[in-house]
Amino acid sequence: MSFVWIVPVLLSVVSAATPLLLAATGELVTEKSGVLNLGIEGMMLVGAVIGFAVTMTTGSSILGVAAAALAGAALAGAFAILTQLLLANQVATGLALAILGTGLSALIGKSYVGVALTPLPKLSLPILSGLPFIGPILFHQDFLVYASFALLAGVSWFLYRTHAGLVLRAIGDSHEAAHAIGYRVVAIRFAAILFGGLCSGLAGGYMSLSYTPMWAENMTAGRGWIALALVVFATWRPARLLFGAYLFGGITILQLHVQGLGIAIPSQFLSMLPYLATILVLVLISRDSAKIRLNAPACLGKRFHATG
Amino acid sequence: MRRRTFNKLLGAGAATAVLGRSGLLRAAEPFKAGFIYVGPVADYGFSHQHDDGRKAAQAALGDKIKTTFVESVKEGPDSERVIHELAAAGNGIIFTTSFGFMNPTIKVAKDFPKVYFEHCTGYKRADNVSTYNIRFYEGRYIQGVIAGKMSKSGVVGYVGSVPIPEVVMGMNSFIRGMHSVNPNGKIKLVWINEWYDPGKESDAAKALIDQGADMIAQHTDSAAPLQVAEDRGVHGFGQASDMIKFAPKAQLTSSIDHWDDYYTQRITDAMAGTWKSQDVWGGLSTGMLKMAPYTNMPDDVAQAAKDAEDGIKSGKIVIFSGPINDQDGKPKVAAGATLADADVLGMDWLAEGIEGTLPK
Repeated sequence: MSFVWIVPVLLSVVSAATPLLLAATGELVTEKSGVLNLGIEGMMLVGAVIGFAVTMTTGSSILGVAAAALAGAALAGAFAILTQLLLANQVATGLALAILGTGLSALIGKSYVGVALTPLPKLSLPILSGLPFIGPILFHQDFLVYASFALLAGVSWFLYRTHAGLVLRAIGDSHEAAHAIGYRVVAIRFAAILFGGLCSGLAGGYMSLSYTPMWAENMTAGRGWIALALVVFATWRPARLLFGAYLFGGITILQLHVQGLGIAIPSQFLSMLPYLATILVLVLISRDSAKIRLNAPACLGKRFHATG
Repeated sequence: MRRRTFNKLLGAGAATAVLGRSGLLRAAEPFKAGFIYVGPVADYGFSHQHDDGRKAAQAALGDKIKTTFVESVKEGPDSERVIHELAAAGNGIIFTTSFGFMNPTIKVAKDFPKVYFEHCTGYKRADNVSTYNIRFYEGRYIQGVIAGKMSKSGVVGYVGSVPIPEVVMGMNSFIRGMHSVNPNGKIKLVWINEWYDPGKESDAAKALIDQGADMIAQHTDSAAPLQVAEDRGVHGFGQASDMIKFAPKAQLTSSIDHWDDYYTQRITDAMAGTWKSQDVWGGLSTGMLKMAPYTNMPDDVAQAAKDAEDGIKSGKIVIFSGPINDQDGKPKVAAGATLADADVLGMDWLAEGIEGTLPK
């Protein structure tokens, strides 16, 4: 009997975790290459508004999702030019990107406020979706949910099982050494930043096309910053990223249910619970600093200027 | 070249001086009214409704007035600068439309004693500062009546924003309306502690439906909860503006803020010099609050909603008249007594029938 109650709860957990997972996966790749892009929130918002606008005008959600990803990548491109070619400070540029994206998305979205859209269709995987319990949760979702899993698996494989992934990690750990061997540090970082933007754009598209199918100013409401924290939380390991995103999504949903059940805990306390859990796990992880040093890109946020 | 420009300037200056002195320019100048909003005009909620009011006043008074507005003004010091600029720019009356503009409005009003100020939702007044607000809770009583008639499970899910009296009085009003037709009706309450976060609002609505609510009410600003209701095949109520586009099958009605007549009246008063400092808390009877069409319900429910609307307008229904108990069953308002406005404005208890806690 309790199973019946728990399925819809887990369904909402999946939808709460998906945008975080998408954005964090992109940021993971960017950071592994040694670049810190704080502008996820801005890229997500621009992705959300462009995805919505394109779906609205063309009627095709596939085009909308693609446009969302490209819009995120375009904004990331600006970040890449500023930080990699013009050597601007990454933290300052990233913050500026977040603010720029918020304003820009509001401007673009002006005429789309108050318009409704049909959400992304749910795709049922044959056979698997018929499984009891996990079937409806895992195999009856829209394709962005599947994409978030596929993306994470792909990134994990790429980083740790391919030569290109090894090069990317080498650049993140020591750009001087990688450059000396002859790898094109700037070009590879450029690609990593663009990939990060692509994922953030997808996450934004998920927000405006599936999670809450509408456009409203600042609708991501801080999820970009949480995705950023999740990367550190996961100590730059893809598997832990999955755990972190679902833990965060899970506690977010759980606290609403706890309130609805009338359990007398102050709602403000429950609202901060997901953040508290994040900090707690961070503290536990940080106790073993060797582990962090092992996974954290040593050149994260450092400027690279090729000399000779 | 230089000399010619100089001569031209001289000529223009002389002409202005002559015209100005003769009063010709003055007569042609329209009366100026300024507005500042806390959100963007495109928020499809609170600020959007204020701007509709501004447009209506402009349309009603035509060439005689000129209105300007500044949107997305942050509450606090930034707003003081904006209000000051509007006053210095020659606006005869200035509407400041968010609670956080209260102290800046009072401060600027001291520097411009000849300009009239109107502050929305605040409580500080002066000789040239009025306050005005809408009795939003009246609309929620009608929503409660509809919910009481329509809900099969008798449980309404209520997405609460921030636990302040404004929100609490709306909730208590809702349950009063619901109990007037279904004494066993319940509200299941979830606070999200935000005014605006579409994702969280929709998560809360989903959680409430999963726990057995078959109707969604909200005191948050986006249409997300209503969209969830539409998606899950239950009913819901809009907020601040008509949100039927988001939920053509789910929206039953919506309480709509309606500032049109108030703004037209106050600007007219200011022009005529009959403006006086006052405190207005208007509701359905003054037309400041309107209900969106009663949709997606049987005729008898729509009739009951209309009756409730008329009853509130005529004063036949007094929402906070006793006996009213709080959620623990303790009497809060005795039989025959009625809560004074001051007590309604400071409401810090949940009425019987509401499941949930009010953080203190």
